[in-house]
Amino acid sequence: MSTRTPRTNAPHEIVERALALSRADGCVVIADETTTANLRWAGNALTTNGVTRGRRLTVIATVNGKEGTASGVVSRAAVTAEDLEALVRAAEAAARAAGPAEDAQPLVTGGAPSPGFTEPPAETSPDVFADFAPALGESFRRARDGGRELYGFASHAVVSSYLGSSAGLRLRHDQPTGTLELNAKSPDRTRSAWAGRATRDFRDVDPLAMDADLARRLAWAERRTELPAGRYETLLPPTAVADLLVYQTWSSGARDAAEGRTVFSAPGGGTRTGEKLSGLPLTLRSDPGAAGLECAPFVLAHSSGDDASVFDNGLPLEPTDWIRDGVLNQLVTTRHSAELTGLPVAPAVDNLLLEAGGSKSLDELVAGTERGLLLTCLWYIREVDPATLLLTGLTRDGVYLVEGGEVVGEVNNFRFNESPVDLLARASEAGRTERTLPREWSDYFTRAAMPALRIPDFNMSSVSPGV
Amino acid sequence: MRDADHGRDAVPATPRSVDESFLALPLRALADAALARARALGADHADFRMERIRYASWRLRDAKTAGSSDTTDLGYAVRVVHGGAWGFASGVDLTMDAAARVAAQAVAMAKLSAKVIDAAGSQEKVELADEPAYPDRTWVSSYGTDPFDVPDTEKSGLLAEWSGRLLAAPGVTHADASLLTVRENKFYADTAGTTTTQQRVRLHPELTAVAVDDRTGEFDSMRTIAPPAGRGWEYLTDGRYDWDAELAEMPELLAEKMRAPSVRAGRYDLVVDPSNLWLTIHESIGHATELDRALGYEAAYAGTSFATFDQLGTLKYGSELMHVTGDRTAEHGLATIGYDDEGVQAQSWDLVRDGVLVGYQLDRRIAKLTGFERSNGCAYADSPGHVPVQRMANVSLRPAPDGPSTEELISGVEHGIYVVGDRSWSIDQQRYNFQFTGQRFFRIEHGRLAGQLRDVAYQATTTDFWGSMAAVGGPQTYVLGGAFNCGKAQPGQVASVSHGCPAALFTAVNVLNTTQEAGR
Repeated sequence: MSTRTPRTNAPHEIVERALALSRADGCVVIADETTTANLRWAGNALTTNGVTRGRRLTVIATVNGKEGTASGVVSRAAVTAEDLEALVRAAEAAARAAGPAEDAQPLVTGGAPSPGFTEPPAETSPDVFADFAPALGESFRRARDGGRELYGFASHAVVSSYLGSSAGLRLRHDQPTGTLELNAKSPDRTRSAWAGRATRDFRDVDPLAMDADLARRLAWAERRTELPAGRYETLLPPTAVADLLVYQTWSSGARDAAEGRTVFSAPGGGTRTGEKLSGLPLTLRSDPGAAGLECAPFVLAHSSGDDASVFDNGLPLEPTDWIRDGVLNQLVTTRHSAELTGLPVAPAVDNLLLEAGGSKSLDELVAGTERGLLLTCLWYIREVDPATLLLTGLTRDGVYLVEGGEVVGEVNNFRFNESPVDLLARASEAGRTERTLPREWSDYFTRAAMPALRIPDFNMSSVSPGV
Repeated sequence: MRDADHGRDAVPATPRSVDESFLALPLRALADAALARARALGADHADFRMERIRYASWRLRDAKTAGSSDTTDLGYAVRVVHGGAWGFASGVDLTMDAAARVAAQAVAMAKLSAKVIDAAGSQEKVELADEPAYPDRTWVSSYGTDPFDVPDTEKSGLLAEWSGRLLAAPGVTHADASLLTVRENKFYADTAGTTTTQQRVRLHPELTAVAVDDRTGEFDSMRTIAPPAGRGWEYLTDGRYDWDAELAEMPELLAEKMRAPSVRAGRYDLVVDPSNLWLTIHESIGHATELDRALGYEAAYAGTSFATFDQLGTLKYGSELMHVTGDRTAEHGLATIGYDDEGVQAQSWDLVRDGVLVGYQLDRRIAKLTGFERSNGCAYADSPGHVPVQRMANVSLRPAPDGPSTEELISGVEHGIYVVGDRSWSIDQQRYNFQFTGQRFFRIEHGRLAGQLRDVAYQATTTDFWGSMAAVGGPQTYVLGGAFNCGKAQPGQVASVSHGCPAALFTAVNVLNTTQEAGR
């Protein structure tokens, strides 16, 4: 990810030229340079792989009018210096065609330019897999020898974002994002196990070790018990906790809550901030500087939405406790929705950490379980009812029966119906927080650290015959 | 070329022309440079795809602009088969040198892939099913007015006016509106001599009315059931879809829903409206009959399928009334094309006939691997940065030629529920266990609608559900539904797809009460 290539259309120059061309009252320009490399495999063999390079320029024009300020947002891929004027004019035309923007705010000012603003973008390449790819090939060989089929995907992307504004901002952020998903199956595909990792550079992932762990899980599955639907004591591993709490975070917009249409709405008006949600001392937080989970320290908004505003571009992101010691502390706000709701400004951040003071590993939680279920991961999670934030979805790639502190075999998969808000209220124990990959949402969200949670009565709504 | 088993010829190209500004791009020059470099480097097959895709969206909250964007993706991709392995690379620099470099990168990726395959001791080699060459073909989808030719003020103005109608009605606390529009241009060329240039448009308008009871804190919503369509701006204005009627009935439907009793969990006969059934078809038939999934090529992510290849021709998928087609030729379908992203001409074929699995969706690699004579044209990439994968055709349930109306279906139900509009959906990784909710649930008592119910979800196993289909509506009930956001593959790709279906009756389906499921 560190190789650099000289460019004739340097992103910072494109940003400066676009700003210079602007005739609007305000202008924000974001240049995103993206490179990716990926490997995909099935049945112990690579299937597809690829490298890509992308370039996107987003111009946000703001136009003041008698009834308020309007914004126009136009993005184009593959923009060169020659394309700029048309793009800037298109954004200005879009702003003039739009009505006053509800979320209009003064453009963000202040702050020193990012040190690397004029430097070329960071890049990835197949070199990121230089050590990983041979190890993967070796894991295929071991899997074949061990009677396992490996399926999976390794992806690495680096996005360099350059943000400039007519209000003087010159900010830059490089975001590496890597994921590895490894799925092992028995050759008859009656047993399946999964492991996933998030990584910044693939130096900290070991496919051979992951395959060894999956081999252990497939061995657990050699003894199988069928269980009916019902409520079971269940250990949710960190990836499952992450998937549920990422969804909860996506559903924690302050404006919707204040308008009475989310699980965080208070009957009679207002929001549930300040309400105790969990008996455990849980803290759910985001921090752009969290070690190993670093993400953009300022707002990068390519369009306005319920929980984002293009007018907030460049706004510094601070460490934010969404839940503190079990109490709902903060909902997601833009500057506009903060004004509407009276809550502090707290834009979304691209990482999420849950900490509960626990110190036990997942194996230690298993050892402390008299009888219960140990999940591997959750899948196809969708919202059933926004009023309770009831989510449905399925278990996948291994549900294990724990008896007397040991895994004694595998059980069938289940469909669940549960609300993460209720789960936080009912959780009876939390393990130690560790980095994890949210499996369901890894296309969108990869930077998470979660503990395992013990739920005394997880609602397995029906049996899923799928493996 | 025709294949008697799973194909028939495509619909003829429509007379509309491809946007001049796309044709003005150096399509053939870049393709020639890339394919020549791939050939020189020893590729057995190479294809070049240049795409320009423009997406624009508008969002309104309570009739006020809440966000808009207008994004154009432009770039090109080179895919090769080299040494029996795939290689793929994409780029954005529109020079012949850059295109040649991207081709070289694709070959390098194929070589890297071959090394890993060799290290694993695998003998697997990529081969493609034959397809005739189609030199210099052009295809444009069927639409009247390109939505991008309509002024933005007209679009946002219409959404605001519609939102205003909802907000003016009693009981509506909030109104959300959105419009997505897409114009997709693709140029494809390969080393076998096929060259295609295509253009299609699609759009999806959606309005939601929200009611909030300040006293109790309860809230609910009612969304339009109008499907997305492969049509132009006329879809919103020419009266073929009755927007006025739908918007007029939504507030009262929402008010009734707020007052409706909570459903009692149990088994019910369901009359499922096309506005809901399209999504059940998508999840339980559309994805399950993708042969790449059934073979395990999506096993780690999207999953596999209970409809395994060894059951082709024998699997009892459902009732004998069940006849499902895969179709890339349906007019206004979201997955309708002239030629797919491997240069295969669009076709229509059977997936389920008389309740038995008789076909799959294929791309060229999967077709060759499994002994099919020809791909049925289901390769698709959602951007120039992504490799084509086997994606869904328009998968549709045929109506019964002289079948009943929806009212006649309802009249035959003693005690059941009429399900309208889609909402929540989820299905397991082998496409067995599913759960769906909807927008509107009407209690059926003694053959008549008897008011709405709340908190309804239906849950079933695919073959049980389709096996319980007791009656299929006639052509007068048929609607082409669909979605813009079907996800598959890694890296993740999003495809648009339509599903046509009539209303249908299903017996003794398990209905849950979602409030009880939430432990309340």
